Amino acid sequence: MTEANAFASQDDILATAGSWVAEGRKVAIATVVKTWGSSPRPVGSRLVVDGDGAMVGSVSGGCIEGAVIKEAFDVMSGGKPRLLDFGVSDEQAWDVGLACGGKVEVWVERLEG
Amino acid sequence: MHVALFNSLQAARSAKTPVALVTVLSDGGQSLVFADGVEGGLPEPVIVEVRQRLRDNAGGVIEHGGTRYFVDCHNPPLRIIVIGAVHISQTLVPMAAIAGYEVIVVDPRASFATAERFPNVRLVDDWPDEAMEALAPDSRTAIITLTHDPKLDDPALEVALKSEAFYIACLGSRRTHARRLERLRALGFDDATLGRIHGPAGLHIGAVSPAEIALSILAELTAVLHEVETVAKAA
Repeated sequence: MTEANAFASQDDILATAGSWVAEGRKVAIATVVKTWGSSPRPVGSRLVVDGDGAMVGSVSGGCIEGAVIKEAFDVMSGGKPRLLDFGVSDEQAWDVGLACGGKVEVWVERLEG
Repeated sequence: MHVALFNSLQAARSAKTPVALVTVLSDGGQSLVFADGVEGGLPEPVIVEVRQRLRDNAGGVIEHGGTRYFVDCHNPPLRIIVIGAVHISQTLVPMAAIAGYEVIVVDPRASFATAERFPNVRLVDDWPDEAMEALAPDSRTAIITLTHDPKLDDPALEVALKSEAFYIACLGSRRTHARRLERLRALGFDDATLGRIHGPAGLHIGAVSPAEIALSILAELTAVLHEVETVAKAA
């Protein structure tokens, strides 16, 4: 992710999703719907991913993007939209989570062309 | 999300029409809720609560009848009206744009308000009082006067102080600001109203260059927006 993309406004992120779909690319949108504690990105923050793994925006400080992208691939290949739940990371268990101690729910859906 | 709904959402956003995207967090069903209509199907109590949240610009999850709904508010961007196409504006405007604001620069002086000096920004060359009346500042608008010229700043402030603008700031020394307050007081504005003006504009961070001054103003504006106490200005 480039610096410019990391700070792209919601406008650019949704517009990018729209233009990717118009180009015939598979696109999934992940949106932060609820946060508890010190989550890095507020409700409404978005990450848009295409079938090749290109992305704009963010749903965390980078802690959970990998796991979200994995689910996004599944959703864009015909899987159902889904709600993901991330809590505090457990470093011992190599768990995906938020080192900051926050919790976050992320909705992942396909943008259908 | 179906592309038809997505296109309606994007059309509303580009038309600057407030709209909420509501997602059922089980089956993924989606609707758009406007102030005066709905695209999709939702129970009436949910629509009522969504509209309240849209007015408050407060997105989040709501529950009704055992179902969770995610409300995603899309209000037009916060606006900053800058009075004066001056040197500081040339750095303030792009910084504010990066921070996500819609920026409008008002300056009737043709040699200042040029597209070369201000690319990609809306320039208004009307007299500030007329321009401000037309722009109709609301509670999602900030107004920053930068000309130091009472002929330009004061008429803009008269409109600003009668509006619900969330941030009003004026560049100028303490002495300049004291004189400005006297002039406005003579026009009938009381102390409580005049207390809304942040002057001299910006946080006290020792700003010297135009970019630093722009940064200090944006920082103060951000603190006011989020209702955070800032460090007291040095005497």
